Amino acid sequence: MAAERHDPAARRMDTGAMVKEAGATAIVVFALAFALVGLKTQDVPGGLAIITRFDDVFAATAIAFVGRMAIILLRVGRPRLVLATALPFAGILMFLLLSSRFLDPETGEKLARFLPFDSVVVNWVTTLIALGFAGRAALAIRHAAESLESLEEREKTMDRVGAQVQRAARYLGPALLLLAIVFPFMPIADRWLLDIGILVITYIMLGWGLNIVVGLAGLLDLGYVAFYAVGAYSYALLALYFDLGFWTCLPFAGIMAAFAGIILGFPVLRLRGDYLAIVTLGFGEMVRIILLNWYKFTKGPDGLSGIPRPTFFGLPFKRSAPEGVETFHSFFELTYSPIDRIIFLYYLILIMALATNLFTLRIRKLPISRAWEALREDEIACRSLGLNPRNTKLTAFAIGAMFAGFSGSFFATRQGFISPESFTFIESAVILSIVVLGGMGSQIGVVLAAVLLIGLPEFFRELQQYRMLAFGAAMVFIMIWRPSGLLAHREPTIRLWGRDGPAEAPK
Amino acid sequence: MSEQAAITAPSGTPLLTVEYLTMRFGGLVAIDNVSFQAADSQITAIIGPNGAGKTTVFNCLTGFYIPTVGRLTLHHPKGDLLLEQMEGYRIAQKAGVARTFQNIRLFRAMSVLENLIVAQHNKLMQASAFTFAGLLGLARYRTAEKDAVEIAKYWMDHVGLTDRADWNAGNLPYGDQRRLEIARAMCIDPVLLCLDEPAAGLNPRESADLNEFLLFIRDEHKIGILLIEHDMNVVMGISDHIVVLDYGRKISDGSPEAVRNDPAVIRAYLGEEEDEDLPPEVAQDLAAAREQEEGKA
Repeated sequence: MAAERHDPAARRMDTGAMVKEAGATAIVVFALAFALVGLKTQDVPGGLAIITRFDDVFAATAIAFVGRMAIILLRVGRPRLVLATALPFAGILMFLLLSSRFLDPETGEKLARFLPFDSVVVNWVTTLIALGFAGRAALAIRHAAESLESLEEREKTMDRVGAQVQRAARYLGPALLLLAIVFPFMPIADRWLLDIGILVITYIMLGWGLNIVVGLAGLLDLGYVAFYAVGAYSYALLALYFDLGFWTCLPFAGIMAAFAGIILGFPVLRLRGDYLAIVTLGFGEMVRIILLNWYKFTKGPDGLSGIPRPTFFGLPFKRSAPEGVETFHSFFELTYSPIDRIIFLYYLILIMALATNLFTLRIRKLPISRAWEALREDEIACRSLGLNPRNTKLTAFAIGAMFAGFSGSFFATRQGFISPESFTFIESAVILSIVVLGGMGSQIGVVLAAVLLIGLPEFFRELQQYRMLAFGAAMVFIMIWRPSGLLAHREPTIRLWGRDGPAEAPK
Repeated sequence: MSEQAAITAPSGTPLLTVEYLTMRFGGLVAIDNVSFQAADSQITAIIGPNGAGKTTVFNCLTGFYIPTVGRLTLHHPKGDLLLEQMEGYRIAQKAGVARTFQNIRLFRAMSVLENLIVAQHNKLMQASAFTFAGLLGLARYRTAEKDAVEIAKYWMDHVGLTDRADWNAGNLPYGDQRRLEIARAMCIDPVLLCLDEPAAGLNPRESADLNEFLLFIRDEHKIGILLIEHDMNVVMGISDHIVVLDYGRKISDGSPEAVRNDPAVIRAYLGEEEDEDLPPEVAQDLAAAREQEEGKA
């Protein structure tokens, strides 16, 4: 790429080839959009009707053509042309979108007809893409040659950023923790925000747990949700059959999940990479299908309801308690408020997640964690040094699964109802995405990724189906831009010298 | 079973006895009935042309292959151990047989120091009471870790990597990676060190340094070294005993001088004289020329 860029011959525009490339892109977009966007079924009285939206298809095709042209122009070093087109285009779109705000509604509506798409959201996305092109072109003009960094240089830069963030994490971590602690008492924290907070922290905990298996031990696990399910069902079944409380069941749920991890671990000891991923994926589905079909024990698809809620050292969060039981609000002489329970759940998961983090940070400095990492690097060398690969792998599976079990029982107590539907493959995929996106092995990266992947989509619920589209687009973008994850940077677990050793490590 | 060259016992106390070692992969006989001995506190070299089965011998010794036939006895200070009956990792853990690899196998994303500490895993694992004491941060584990760092430091000093202890192993130059791998193998505190072509890819100066380092290990730490090497300067310079393999068979066995003058070895390395295939006139001429030469000498 680098040689091509500085070669003047390559910079010459070959209009024919450009149109051909852009045309090919446009054809692909047209073929995809024709059925997916162009035709839509709708309920009408007396059945289904198909409504057509071919104007959207043509708009999409045209925009794809122009966008591809812009990419080509940027590639051959003609950013001025891109800037001159993209900026006015974005400006006009913005004017049209906002016109109804400051012009009288009638003119606004008339102008809105010139917008390329029916949906406001898609129009905004198009505007943002145009702005993105304009920004990229402006950067290219400013930095002339070095603007188009190679992937390698970018990786190095991002690794430095990752290292800086990790260094900053010493201050950032406590700051975030403080924010998380005071969050429920901030005036903006309503029930909705607290629920999102609980959800995000649950996924952070799951991400930290999976990080042990994937990030440290390098065992690609696509069935992590199975342990989450084992934890949830362990608690629910123990509580329903034996009438045990949350705190009694929590260690059992962890042990059961760890046991499930060992059961999965044994048959996959010899597998690596893709093969391991397939078997773990199968294991995840097996657990779900067992839960679905073992009707007598698990109530199958009906799910388990009436799972007891957690209590504050035996004090339930209820408006009125049965005879002889004191409630949380009456014990502390507060007025009853349903949000108390939510706040309690929030702190519960926060403490559980922090325990996971503390455990991981501690174990990173211990021989077992170094053995996991060594196993990830080279299993044959490990055997030649007398490390027992079997035990090392099984402990990684078991400990990772244990944390999933803990968060699973939290999930059960929070929901009060669980069914196999909550433990589908997509959950595993999301947890794995959090770990990979954050940067494997990075604790703060998991937090960032969980907020990005779980928190943000909750805020954009209005976008409906475009939400998952944006999710996918973001993942593709990160795979192109930063394949090893946002904050992937590994610090040695033990140092002989301080940060400024006698020989500075090559960057 | 084919015939083999007689076993010449090395001068020192035996550390490893290999008897009737045979390894077959389907129809291919990689090692054919090989027996030899290696002595304690001596360097025993295994040499031979490419494909002679040298690395296969190592893989059998270190548990990566289970030999088809044969007995591998390690005369450990705590008693004799039969290596062919031990699980791969136990050979390093219990018997104390360490090895390096022909293509370097370091933990590339881990630092130099971490590489050397992972090698002391079993000791540290016990000190951390299988992680429980370590999690609680008990003093027992902390002192054990300090000792491990001291051992690592000792070896880093000897391979000249102390300054770069916190570098990623993958960022080191090739020669340093080779030396680090040997240092890492030494960190398991072995009784027998198996080195698979440690001088491959080193320049003459580096390989001279390596010679010195290997002699230091032999003399200071009193352990046996088993060495596969193509570089004859290394082999002839430091070996106490040499075993020569060709096509999976042992063709010679003895001191460097004895091996150097063994006609079987010369034949394996330089090829046989193929007088029979020549036309009779040429063969006659050759014989005459040779006689003349001998007469002069």
